[in-house]
Amino acid sequence: MTLYGRKIPKMASLVVWLIIWEIVGQLDLLMLFPPFSSVLMAMGEVVTARSFNEALWITASSYALGMGLALVVGITMGILMGLFKPIDNMLNMWVNVFLSAPLSALVPIFMILFGLGTPTVVVTVFMFAVWIIVLDTRAGVQNISPSLMEMSHSFGANRFERAKIVLLAALPEILAGIRLGLVRGVKGVVIGQLLVSIIGVGALFALYQQNFLMSHFWALIVLLFTFALTMADLIGRLEKRIEYYAHVRS
Amino acid sequence: MKIATAEFIQNGAQPVTGANKIIEVKNVSKVYGTEVVALKDINLDFEAGQLTSLLGPSGCGKTTLLKIIAGLLPATQGDILVNGKKVTAPGPERAFVFQDFALLPWATVLDNAAFGLKMQGKPKAERDDIANHYVKEVGLDGFQKSYPHQLSGGMRQRVGLARALSVNADVLLMDEPFSAVDEQTRRKFQEDLIRLREVEKKTFIFVTHSIEEAVYVSDRIILLSPRPGRVSEIIDPDIPSDIGPDELRRNEVYLETVENIWHGIKKYVD
Repeated sequence: MTLYGRKIPKMASLVVWLIIWEIVGQLDLLMLFPPFSSVLMAMGEVVTARSFNEALWITASSYALGMGLALVVGITMGILMGLFKPIDNMLNMWVNVFLSAPLSALVPIFMILFGLGTPTVVVTVFMFAVWIIVLDTRAGVQNISPSLMEMSHSFGANRFERAKIVLLAALPEILAGIRLGLVRGVKGVVIGQLLVSIIGVGALFALYQQNFLMSHFWALIVLLFTFALTMADLIGRLEKRIEYYAHVRS
Repeated sequence: MKIATAEFIQNGAQPVTGANKIIEVKNVSKVYGTEVVALKDINLDFEAGQLTSLLGPSGCGKTTLLKIIAGLLPATQGDILVNGKKVTAPGPERAFVFQDFALLPWATVLDNAAFGLKMQGKPKAERDDIANHYVKEVGLDGFQKSYPHQLSGGMRQRVGLARALSVNADVLLMDEPFSAVDEQTRRKFQEDLIRLREVEKKTFIFVTHSIEEAVYVSDRIILLSPRPGRVSEIIDPDIPSDIGPDELRRNEVYLETVENIWHGIKKYVD
């Protein structure tokens, strides 16, 4: 975007919103909305607190574990569904059901199954992230031009080489799925921990809310948002690097 | 009719030739599902060193026949013999050139051209060497490190051609290789193909729906009729080989052969 012939950096709109936040906060209309400056100050406190570091570690490890599982299961399932019609017929409906289901409602069931701890959070992350990865991978595999597979067959490619071609040809869609999955996974880890509410970031949220530490509460939210967007952006950059795929596939 | 030696042979009869048959198609039929008869009782011989075109309107099964010869599709009935041996799968003696190029978008021109050799397990240095030779031969010297998306349609098909030539197959199976490139490129391509044939001494089976293209490049044209796909005529255009491409397009024999084929084919076009 340009204004009076000058190029405005993309983050400029963010600055405008933060100023609005600051003004609304300073008006002291609602206790729920402290000004952004005090959120910033609280952020310093939050980040340096020991409880935050512990929460961060637990959160990060359950997120990583859940995402790892979602990647392995999601990509494998998506490829199998894309390649084999019977598997697709069996699973497609369920994948779509879970993709659109209010998964938060299932978390109490996970708690019964996996206890009030990290395993439940890992499962929640997994459930939030995996389905979109499955669907995108499946779409990617189904989009592979049949002549590419005929080509590999006619030039004598073995199973391993053909699998490699499937994976690379579907890579743009797989990465799009991973990017969306990562963002959903952040939702999963927060919702999981909020509902379990005695571990990780969820425990911190509960603590701040119960003690009306709204600045701290918002600081934590800003931190999580930043994390989720950074992850998505990193994958987005990777996607851009292989964007040329799309041009040649038709 | 001024075509001196053009033979018009009726329904599926064998042309009388003394040359060695490299590919024999025996009683091949192809039925899709239970109803759609794509090919019915095809009997054909392809002679070594010749460029034979499979020509016909859409729906005549010419691509199906080519893919059966390639081993990419199973025939419902009948056999394909290559050098006297029955085949049911792709083999190193046949190389395929695809209508939509079928290049690996993540691989360079050189790597794409070397794909077949890599699948055969040739060491990297050797396959790069061979592929490089053919990339140059098809006129893409200087583009070895380019990616397919950086090339025009015509150049991409040249990569497809280099890939097929690199594996040193006896037979090149080309499925409407020039239909996805623009007209000017197409003409240049046809001229290059004729030149390449003389250099490479391979057998070409060439699927096309363009009568002009078939007459221009072929030693023999097999005309297929649709629903069900059958051999309707076999034509050997007798065009003097010593004339240049521009002269040829005005040559009387050329023009009359095109005209004759069009008359034969017209009744099948809706």
